[in-house]
Amino acid sequence: MSKIHVNTTINGDHLEFLCDPRETLLDALRDRLNLTGAKEGCGTGDCGACSVTLDNRLVCSCLVLGAEADGKSIGTVEGISKGEELHPLQQKFIEHAALQCGICTPGILVATKALLEKNPDPTETEVRYWLAGNLCRCTGYDKIIKAVMDTARDLREAS
Amino acid sequence: MALDNQKNRDFKIVGTRPDRPDGIDKVTGRAKFGADAYAPGMLHAAILRSPHAHAKILKIDTEKAEKLAGVKAVVTRKDFSKMVTGENWNVLENVMAGDVALYDGHAIAAIAATSTLIARDAIKLIQVEYEVLPHVTDVDQAMKKNAPVIRVGAADSSVPKGLHPNIVRYHESGHGDLKNGFDAADLILEDTFKTEATHQGYIEPHACLAQLGGDGKGELWCCTQGHFHVQKTCAALLDLETSALRVTASEIGGGFGGKTAIFIEPVALALSRKTNRPVKLVMSRSEVFRATGPTSSTSMDIKIGMKKDGTITAGSGIFRLQGGAFPGAPMEFTAMCAFAPYNLENVKQIGYDVLSNRPKQAAYRAPGSPMAAFAVESVIDELCNKLELDPIEVRLKNASKQGTKASFGPTWDRIGLVECLEAAQKHPHYSAPIKKGQGRGISSGFWFNHGGETAVTLALSEDGTAALSVGTPDIGGSRASMCQMAAEELGISYDKVRTTIADTATLGYNEVSHGSRVTYASGLATIKAARDAVKKLCARAAKKWDIDEEAVIWEDGFAKPSGPNAGNFDPIPLAQLTKSMGKTGGPIVGHFEATPEGAGVSFATHLVDAEVDQETGRAHVVRYTVIQDAGKAIHPSYVEGQYQGGAAQGIGWALNEEYIYGKDGRLQNSGFLDYRIPVASDLPMIDTVIIEVPNPGHPYGVRGVGETSICPPLAAIANAVSNAAGVRLKELPMSPVRILEAIKNKT
Amino acid sequence: MEYHKPQSFQEATEIASRNNGVTRFLAGGTDVLVQLRSDILTPDTLIDMKYISGVKDILENSDGWQIGVAVSGAEMSEHQKLSKEWPGVIEAMDLIGSTQVQGRATLTGNLCNGSPAADSVPSLIAAGAHVSITGPSGTRKIKVEDVPISPGKTCLRKGEVISAIHLPRRKHNQGDAYLRFIPRTEMDIAVVGCAVNLELHDEIITKARVSLGAVAPTALLLENAAQKIIGSKLDNQALKLLSEEASKACNPINDKRGTIEFRTHVAGVLAKRTAKIAYERAKENR
Repeated sequence: MSKIHVNTTINGDHLEFLCDPRETLLDALRDRLNLTGAKEGCGTGDCGACSVTLDNRLVCSCLVLGAEADGKSIGTVEGISKGEELHPLQQKFIEHAALQCGICTPGILVATKALLEKNPDPTETEVRYWLAGNLCRCTGYDKIIKAVMDTARDLREAS
Repeated sequence: MALDNQKNRDFKIVGTRPDRPDGIDKVTGRAKFGADAYAPGMLHAAILRSPHAHAKILKIDTEKAEKLAGVKAVVTRKDFSKMVTGENWNVLENVMAGDVALYDGHAIAAIAATSTLIARDAIKLIQVEYEVLPHVTDVDQAMKKNAPVIRVGAADSSVPKGLHPNIVRYHESGHGDLKNGFDAADLILEDTFKTEATHQGYIEPHACLAQLGGDGKGELWCCTQGHFHVQKTCAALLDLETSALRVTASEIGGGFGGKTAIFIEPVALALSRKTNRPVKLVMSRSEVFRATGPTSSTSMDIKIGMKKDGTITAGSGIFRLQGGAFPGAPMEFTAMCAFAPYNLENVKQIGYDVLSNRPKQAAYRAPGSPMAAFAVESVIDELCNKLELDPIEVRLKNASKQGTKASFGPTWDRIGLVECLEAAQKHPHYSAPIKKGQGRGISSGFWFNHGGETAVTLALSEDGTAALSVGTPDIGGSRASMCQMAAEELGISYDKVRTTIADTATLGYNEVSHGSRVTYASGLATIKAARDAVKKLCARAAKKWDIDEEAVIWEDGFAKPSGPNAGNFDPIPLAQLTKSMGKTGGPIVGHFEATPEGAGVSFATHLVDAEVDQETGRAHVVRYTVIQDAGKAIHPSYVEGQYQGGAAQGIGWALNEEYIYGKDGRLQNSGFLDYRIPVASDLPMIDTVIIEVPNPGHPYGVRGVGETSICPPLAAIANAVSNAAGVRLKELPMSPVRILEAIKNKT
Repeated sequence: MEYHKPQSFQEATEIASRNNGVTRFLAGGTDVLVQLRSDILTPDTLIDMKYISGVKDILENSDGWQIGVAVSGAEMSEHQKLSKEWPGVIEAMDLIGSTQVQGRATLTGNLCNGSPAADSVPSLIAAGAHVSITGPSGTRKIKVEDVPISPGKTCLRKGEVISAIHLPRRKHNQGDAYLRFIPRTEMDIAVVGCAVNLELHDEIITKARVSLGAVAPTALLLENAAQKIIGSKLDNQALKLLSEEASKACNPINDKRGTIEFRTHVAGVLAKRTAKIAYERAKENR
């Protein structure tokens, strides 16, 4: 089968690419569109490093075919900040030292942004279970959870 | 002694928690890791791997594969150096099999093609003829008389005569009289403990982008803990001149010791040389588990004698470790760390390094030490239970201290074990009531830490900012600490220093980022380089004031006359001196190169509460406290991060992580689904206490912290789980199946 | 691999009927893409079911519930009424994978992948669910427990595809629950899965369906175990008998996730714990 022509919206921008039917959305983002924020940690949906939103739904981009992005709206880590202005989550992650090597950080930011948009007042347990699909090997999750809870608190107080 | 003679120095930046300099890059996805590099005309590589645990390679037929459209080159062992010896030979034999496939996943051949899909399709077309041989994966089985031989003649001179050829190295250390020691004990406990191999589990698979021309000159981008080591080794494996290959370290998505070893870079370079195009090679997760460097698996016999008052009268241990199909299992570290926290008159350690049909082991934070602690601390815990003694009191009573003789020979310098134990004793965790169904465990842990070759350059810009170049990849946030130390010494603000991990063409040789050496050694070098720059800055001021250099001091970022006798001059800020440096003598650059010898050892004490479901055997950790000696915490948040990270890895290792081999010698769980590392919902918050007993070998007293944090957890958790379950667990991981079986077999 | 986007079930079955080689239907893709990446299976023909009208709908009618084949687990959890009436089915589906997997995985896909450890299957069996199967010769409706026939295999013939999943109407005094045993807290394949669906009258169990997953080549419907608790108020004796029957019904294997002995023992433990939750829910659902 020849390549598939995909029309999609990524972080609000209309983009097009050609991909092999077997290519995943993760492959397309990284290798076709130079959006290397999403990472392949496992390729099989176990680690969450490739997390993106698909029509506002949190998914693993390694479990979506490039072809399936046609007509859809994708959100990646590159779309979380607005120009120079960091999202509060990004700022808190830095303040709380909620990252060490940083490879899981894009996936975790996409995932926690999706959480706070769905549930602005999560308990610690709810945050942990929401993030169960985002593996981190460096931090033991402690500072990540603290950064998320702190951001949630700030966002609630601001609204 | 390197420690500054400046008690109660009022640090302005060191010890605070500024934002890390690479933070914005990492939270925006801008940071470039190993697989994030692209080059025009780039090819993609894939590696064919052995499906057999042990097999002779009779024939490799690549004809069909090479005909596939898009395939540009194939490499096998013939495309690498025929002149390597020693450890380089071991590395090459592991990177690309020669005559024998030594483990499931061993690289046999590699292909470069115009897309990753084509490369992966092509390797399936390579036809290999194997003669399958008997295999062995268990360490005890591999030592037995009839075990399949992995390699003839690999044993070194340390190995006693008459042992199986799979036993390749031997260690013996200790002192005193064991027999007398055991005779003096009121209670002797003796037991065998086993741990399975685990993997560092970094989320980023190995990845590189290689460019190598026929003229032997090349560029390599890779995620690594040591790009100088990569440069040196790749040069040897490909018959290149070392300096002709320039290696740049990308950001690294976790290493923990596993990325100090070399697996794919020589392959990418060989393919690039053959095709004259850049070649990108990224490992899949399954390849990472099958064919990089997991830990050793161990089998350990421990015997400890204790008096009723808690005095340990004797301790002995025999430690058998398999390190895969190559020598290098860190059995001597296991042997030396085992009794390190204890001041013993009579102690003996024996270690065996054993070959097996498994991948070549690599370091995983404090290689060998966690397993030793698991075995020894479990027996100590059992002795305390039986003699009804407090576990911290017993550890304090027998604690290693400055001036006592270590179990492995030297006399201890200033160490912080007692401080850790006392802090544990006072900690609210230790006095909190233990809930029903739960158990508490404590453990000590020890790691040597390391210095290593280090070279650093600190260049000042005309605007008064500083560019620090270090050669140690940042695996834990060390760039922030480097900036802090440089800024502190120069007396400028933190944000005026930028730290870069320079490539191999820019600095002198730097040893790998391992041994918890970066904040210690690159930090020491940074401080010295900054002091070198300061000296030069003072010289410029002296020249301007026309006074002796000795009469100028540096204070808070200003050159000042040392006293009223030196002269009455206004202080000159750094930026003013650098602004004119071109005219006053040239660029001002501080540098420092050395192999520092004073890395301070680090001790830790961990407290764990665990709960066991008696009906299903499932255990989980409900409370965790890490207490560890950091010497001097440059950036406390990142020190805490190391403590928490090591503890989390220890929890996984203790409860769920293991390499599972089938009867066919193949790895059954080469993915994150069945190689179970802790997820966010598995863990509690991990409390930390930073103890600071200064290391005499560093200007500020820094001790490495990255590794010690993984030394106590296996034991602390085993003790907690054993106490909760009411039965001693002696094999890791303590999976629900094992715990339930132990509960059922309890007499 | 050929990728197709049929606009109707008829088109889908036509493509599947005429193609030789390996055909897979794609809903959420959380099994198909894993198998593709792991080199377990590369389909020759991949038929994407998400563009057919109605496949994303959760419909309530006089017979009960009809769940479209492309409804994700996340969408099921967010459906308040479905979650209230069938908490066991929802929690079973919800346990599959991570939040990200939930964003894509489907009930139909979990059923058709044919894993003996599939979480949703015991809960569907306990619920008394049916499936509609559309093929070249029309549509038929069968019991959900008849779909899996062996590990990785369903009863679907060439050209056939599941077109809907049906749950019965929920009445008062009914409650269901699903529990699974895994070593971590999340992200593992079930070592044992257990679903119980009860109907009470004056707190006495009048109807019961008990199903176990991951302890046999396909999920089991335990008729003997159900009998042991019918007529009881789930007292300790009834629970004991339930537990023993559950263990007896197991026919598991030793594998990297659990031993025969372990699975058999834990099946008994889970049967008790699951039944208790279903019982409480049935009592509350007055």
